[in-house]
Amino acid sequence: MIDFLLDPWEFAFMQRALLAACLAALVCSVIGVFVVLRGMAFMGDAVAHSSLAGMSVAYFFGGSVFWGAFAWAVPASLAITFISRKAKVKLDTAIGIIFASGFAIGIILMSQVNNYTADLFALLFGNVLAVSWGEVLLIALVTGGILLLIVMLYKELLFTAYDATMSAASGIPVRFLQYLLPVLVGVTTVASLRVVGIVLVLALLVTPAATAALLARRLPGIMIFSVLVGLISTVAGLYLSFHADLPSGPSIVVMATGIFLAALLFSPSKGVIWQGLR
Amino acid sequence: MSVRDLWAGYDGKVVLEAVNLEIDRGDMVGIIGPNGSGKSTLIKTALGLIKPIKGEISILGAKGSLERHLVGYIPQAELVDWDFPVTVADVALMGRYSLRGLFRRTTKEDREAADSSLELVKMFELRNRLIGELSGGQRRRVLLARAMAHSPELLLLDEPMAGLDATTQHQLLDLLDQLRSNGATVVLSTHDLSCVSSRCDKACCLNRKQIAFGKPSDVLNEQVLGDTFGTHLLMVHLDGQAYAYQHHTHSEESSELERLPGNGHSHD
Repeated sequence: MIDFLLDPWEFAFMQRALLAACLAALVCSVIGVFVVLRGMAFMGDAVAHSSLAGMSVAYFFGGSVFWGAFAWAVPASLAITFISRKAKVKLDTAIGIIFASGFAIGIILMSQVNNYTADLFALLFGNVLAVSWGEVLLIALVTGGILLLIVMLYKELLFTAYDATMSAASGIPVRFLQYLLPVLVGVTTVASLRVVGIVLVLALLVTPAATAALLARRLPGIMIFSVLVGLISTVAGLYLSFHADLPSGPSIVVMATGIFLAALLFSPSKGVIWQGLR
Repeated sequence: MSVRDLWAGYDGKVVLEAVNLEIDRGDMVGIIGPNGSGKSTLIKTALGLIKPIKGEISILGAKGSLERHLVGYIPQAELVDWDFPVTVADVALMGRYSLRGLFRRTTKEDREAADSSLELVKMFELRNRLIGELSGGQRRRVLLARAMAHSPELLLLDEPMAGLDATTQHQLLDLLDQLRSNGATVVLSTHDLSCVSSRCDKACCLNRKQIAFGKPSDVLNEQVLGDTFGTHLLMVHLDGQAYAYQHHTHSEESSELERLPGNGHSHD
């Protein structure tokens, strides 16, 4: 049993993977609470998918895939908010356009690279086992920065998410926050791309927060539970990946989904089973 | 609060024309008018959420949004997200945020003020409840507690009575009277003419433009109400009571007769 638990961490690549995945899970779980409350899941997914354009440009010219995605995600997040506010286009329509166009450009560029399917696969589904110390450091910096912003702006983010009209009447810069939050979501997805990839980053963003919403009542409690669920599923997923020789990103997502289902059934206050018994 | 020749709207459309109000300290003012008549627009303009196209609003002698912390606001209840995971105490505390700048945390003083605000509306015992678990009247009282948590001198209430039963409405109005006796000024929008005629010092009738403004007994007559609501109102006097009898255009069956106190009233 001890061997089962300790074996994976004898490898440096697993240590790096653990650190990178836990950092990504941490920031995703916290920002994910706002994503779930504000119904921004599709937006996060769109930013991740459209980032493929930035990643493939960077890949094509031999630059850092991370910075490529980053450079694409920030304007894409701003564009979604801007289009939906100014152009009289519905938010989900704006999201859909950004989603598909960025993804299309990314696929076109990647198709010009020799043997592109293998590389594309890594971008789409992540490969945290191949993460470098430099990338771990980058993820740590992004995570730290976002968490710091959320702590500093907690009361404004809470108030604006709850009641934008009233918080504007209280002198809170609501418009700034309405642009900032999607950018934070976009940057968070980019920081998590190495861990779970473009296609599955949505799970890291939404599943822990949705699970926590079933287990806790108030926002601070939901955030704590969300982080716990995110970290537990990450560690459990990496064990599953190591021992069963399965891809790491999907393993993490499967674990998170399992915890969500358990909460959905057995949550003391909101679980399906207890509500059925009542 | 005084409003001089105010024109307001949004997205380039004028919703409100030529409004002139003079509201004294301690007044309770009822804004009445049909849906889309500009009631909310007037309140949002007073809050500084909408910039006037023309004219000006001055509140407690100051123009614009400088005196934000002197104004309390209750938005329409259906615009509030009641599923949001916050407690009664959390919501009351939000009323103090206008006193604290960006990046600042709330203080013990803020929590005490929010608590006493909850006590005033008799919601202190329920402070750990989630807002989604409250009844309609309790929800309204929480919003009132939030609006009062920073001791504003002017309260702007957007349809505070909508969806409440008569008893709860009167409890809310009693609470507002109590605040006014402490020097607060109350401006509320409503569809309920009987409330305006029996409880307000002044009535403002709106329908895209100001139809009338003044004492309810002077203002609420057939002519004004007909212009405000755009329907024919039949006034019937029986046993010294005035009844307003309104034909709803969409259904003959829904004609209603309502007894109202005083003289010259109607039912919306």
